[in-house]
Amino acid sequence: MIHLFPLPALIIYTLFVLYPIVSAFLYSLYDWDGIKRGVFVGLKNFVTLFTVEPFHEMFWNAFGHNVYYFVIEMIVQNGIAFGLAFLIYRKIRGAAFLKMAYFMPRLLSVIVIGFLWKLILNPNYGALNTLLTEIGLQQWAKPWLGDPDTALLAIILINCWFGIGFAMLIFLAGLQAIPEELIEAARLDGATGFRLLWKIILPLCMPAITIMTIFTFIQAFEAFELVYAMQGSMGEPFRSTDTLAVYFYRLAFSSAGGAGDVAVGLGSALAVVLFFIVASVSAVSLYLMRKREVQH
Amino acid sequence: MKTNVGSKAISYVAAYVFALLSLYPIVLMILSSLKTNLEIFSSPLSLPNSFSLDTYKKLWEAVPFADFLLNSVFVSGMSVLLITVFSAMAAFYLSRFSYKWTGALYFFFIIGLMIPIKLGIVPLFLLMKNIGLLNSLWSLILIYTASGIPISVFILTGFFRTLPVELEEAARIDGCNHLQVFWRVLLPLIRPALATVVIINFIHAWNDFFFPLIFIQEEALKTIPVGMMVLFGEYETDWSLLFAGLTLSALPMIVVFLLASKQFMEGLTAGAVK
Repeated sequence: MIHLFPLPALIIYTLFVLYPIVSAFLYSLYDWDGIKRGVFVGLKNFVTLFTVEPFHEMFWNAFGHNVYYFVIEMIVQNGIAFGLAFLIYRKIRGAAFLKMAYFMPRLLSVIVIGFLWKLILNPNYGALNTLLTEIGLQQWAKPWLGDPDTALLAIILINCWFGIGFAMLIFLAGLQAIPEELIEAARLDGATGFRLLWKIILPLCMPAITIMTIFTFIQAFEAFELVYAMQGSMGEPFRSTDTLAVYFYRLAFSSAGGAGDVAVGLGSALAVVLFFIVASVSAVSLYLMRKREVQH
Repeated sequence: MKTNVGSKAISYVAAYVFALLSLYPIVLMILSSLKTNLEIFSSPLSLPNSFSLDTYKKLWEAVPFADFLLNSVFVSGMSVLLITVFSAMAAFYLSRFSYKWTGALYFFFIIGLMIPIKLGIVPLFLLMKNIGLLNSLWSLILIYTASGIPISVFILTGFFRTLPVELEEAARIDGCNHLQVFWRVLLPLIRPALATVVIINFIHAWNDFFFPLIFIQEEALKTIPVGMMVLFGEYETDWSLLFAGLTLSALPMIVVFLLASKQFMEGLTAGAVK
């Protein structure tokens, strides 16, 4: 009777999480005609993905954008979030309000965020260009999302806006976990200001920084929703905002993927590649978390 | 430490400027929903001239928003309920009994933390098609439940392990069976962890638009996020209506957050730093 306890969770989880992922692996080894499975072709889909145009070019174009996504989020989102966490850690009036304010965007659905910013960034009537013009910076006003040079950056910065509150809370928890005595001791030894931050606080905050780095990586390589909501499944303009997950969606669900029809085999192959990129990093994160558990 | 007045002032300015940056787009969204189109286009940054809820009335007639809302409530509520009950049962088993396979079973659940479920969308689509759940809210409930189980089992098992076993032993001596121990003794004790599980999964289910985008075609079955796609597709130039739609979509979550912001922030980060 007691063995019935884990059963419902086990069944649902196996059927709707494990089975689809394992199947995606298998699908990638077959030839597909629409959604009808053909013959076993081994690694042919992977070879096509990496050697045949336009797939090869699309892959590296999107991959580059994912890397860019990660780098900008690390610098802008996590940099600002750490700074804000540090300000709150050092005691500031209205800390509860500030935390709530930073966190607020995180509550909205990505589709709401994408659509809202599309209206704000509209080249003709959007609030941003109006604001820039009113404060005399009209030369800065531009069609942010229509220009291939700024579209991806705009989307990533919106993602930073969305994620800063969460990152800030992770960093704050990390800062607050540092034993007071250690900081006092460093102060007595004459460490102040920047040196204290750089030599003592930052190294002691490493667990939180590591976790946040991994989260950011996973999120950057799974980036789909915001791009899809703002620039559609083609990663407009001219695929300048394309990411691997958007490319995957295009291959698996539309005829615009480059194969002329839904390409389940190629899409599954791309899913497997993406899975290994993300899962290898998550595995490292789990390992690190386990190691920390032992230390405590 | 010597606190220098200048650096303190800079801290305050930086902290509050970023608070403004975080909130302003949301405030702008709400204010714009109260304006007419003419006002939005001519002076997007000003406060509304007059207060009018006409746009909301129009929105209610333009799209079946009540349906969207009901669907979102049903899907999120049912998913959260199933995740919480099933995960708590599994966590109870994994933390309180040790058989040969307990460790392996725990590991089996935990590998789910590393699986980006969206990558299995094609097999999932064919599976739902075969069991006749395309265009059914149950397809969403099953997926959210399944994908919420790993993190929930992880959090709840961790929490169960911190509880002393003496309590249950006392209950057993008093004649309680496993189910009674679980339901009457342990569940009330893990309430904080349950709150975390509820919040994490509720936000995820409420805001997701990827799965309904693929599984739900029928308009009356759409959840709020995909309902917004309908609105934006049909009323591209009616900005007042669009802002009203966005505001109405965001409002339930914002209200719940304002009522329980501490639990929200602790809940969402608990899974991360634990």
